[in-house]
Amino acid sequence: MAIDREQLLHVAHLARLELPEEELERLGAQLNDILAAVSKVSELDLSGVPPTSHPLDVVNVWDEDEPRPSLSVEEALANAPERDGDAFRVPPAGS
Amino acid sequence: MIDTLRLTAEDAIGLVERGEVSSAELHQAYVAAIAERDPELHAYLRVLEEPNGPSIPIALKDVIGTKDVETTAGSRILEGYVPVYDSTVAARCKARGLSLLGKTNTDEFAMGSSTENSAYGPTHNPWDPSRVPGGSGGGSAAAVSAGLAPWALGSDTGGSIKQPSALCGNVGLRPTYGTVSRYGIVAFASSLDQVGPVARTVRDCALLYSIIAGRDHCDSTTVELPHAVELPEAEDLKGLRVGVPKEFNEHEAIEPGVRDAVQRAIELCRELGAEVGECSLPHAVEYGMPCYYLIAPAEASSNLARYDGVRYGHRAAAADRLEMYERTREEGFGDEPKRRIMVGTYALSAGYYDAYYGQAQKVRTLLIREHAEQFERFDVLVSPTSPSVAFELGARTANPLAMYLSDLLTIPSCLAGLPGLNVPCGLSEGLPVGLQLIGPQFSENTLFRIGHALENAIGFDGVPARWR
Repeated sequence: MAIDREQLLHVAHLARLELPEEELERLGAQLNDILAAVSKVSELDLSGVPPTSHPLDVVNVWDEDEPRPSLSVEEALANAPERDGDAFRVPPAGS
Repeated sequence: MIDTLRLTAEDAIGLVERGEVSSAELHQAYVAAIAERDPELHAYLRVLEEPNGPSIPIALKDVIGTKDVETTAGSRILEGYVPVYDSTVAARCKARGLSLLGKTNTDEFAMGSSTENSAYGPTHNPWDPSRVPGGSGGGSAAAVSAGLAPWALGSDTGGSIKQPSALCGNVGLRPTYGTVSRYGIVAFASSLDQVGPVARTVRDCALLYSIIAGRDHCDSTTVELPHAVELPEAEDLKGLRVGVPKEFNEHEAIEPGVRDAVQRAIELCRELGAEVGECSLPHAVEYGMPCYYLIAPAEASSNLARYDGVRYGHRAAAADRLEMYERTREEGFGDEPKRRIMVGTYALSAGYYDAYYGQAQKVRTLLIREHAEQFERFDVLVSPTSPSVAFELGARTANPLAMYLSDLLTIPSCLAGLPGLNVPCGLSEGLPVGLQLIGPQFSENTLFRIGHALENAIGFDGVPARWR
């Protein structure tokens, strides 16, 4: 199934990607090629097959709940593009 | 004079331990080799000129977080990002006294098969600089083959250790899923990502694996190894059963020269005493690629959501927050991450989830079962690692699907969480051909044993012909 311009803009918004017009066209065409190729998975009837989300046979890995050293506030903020005291500073939410 | 082109890690450790060469001299010898050959290859994104450990040097792929050393994952969005903590694998290397030599080039976020998707420019193949080194770990593979590091670490999601090792002519292991910690690694697709060694010999590869493997409390997907890593010594393959899956060995994409070299290696297995038999994995190759290119992008779209300009990395100037997110990501990500984020977001979105991601997860179960069935009859499955030898730079960049096919033969076992070893098995058109050995989970020791015996029998010279 082909993905149209409207869907493309919707998916880009979901992914928080601002795509300029030129990129939108190129990506749209490539995306359709890729989706056509991966749609091959639907050829198989796998109604009785359970899905795999994790390739190892491990469940519920527990650790003791013991406090351990973690990053200091200074370390956590070391790569901040902009900081304000002990917080990451960001522009305000729009309307 | 230290010949870094031929020195194995094992021999280098011997030189240092016997006091014949100091670790500082060794580090300097590699820095000198990098100064001489890396301007042409661009295997490194940054080099640490000063020795920083008492043993031999190591190079780390730039998706591996290193405290106080910039880690970009080949992306503009992480330009200038300096981790405040070490990844577990970097810490384990440090604890063994290894000296960090530098960070190697990678396709952006390890997404690619040629290292051409790096935002910092491509790496070139040491055998022929007009060709790619494979990817995503082309930097680590090229560095080892060019004598710019005795060994290195890579990361592998769908073939990013094995395929570059094949194209550069060295040994690369993608370990069993869960045996090596991903703590502090830039995440791509978490149900697939594994860190693993790249080395000149199988024994070096096994030694490095023993340094990094094992349970880590900071990564709950890790497990203890069921048995200790053994450095291989045996020269024969007696008692081993080698399966030759026809779909992996007769695919039309496999170049004749690659097929010939692999056939000779399979013949050698027989001569070394192994029992060799044909087998079939009917869905693995045909459905592995489409399955992978749904699961990996889906997980990537989720993992890469963290690059929003808030806490680290690039931030675009914007008046409001939504604009900041969208513009930061538009400016910071290159084409391939954008494609995968879009495919993944679409495949996970309402109304499409079951048909795409859900169905791909079921295909994954099918592939796990297909492999398990063959491991009742065989200890190992063999095939080419890559259908082709190293291709020309630019040959596949215009067509993402052509690039994706580079991983046709490495992907299925990655989806099944199985370990895979690449061992060089000859040349075609003057370029290395890699043999892929796939075993059941936790069978690394068997893979090392077979790889080591074959390596000795084949006698492949890993030094690129133009530098001999």
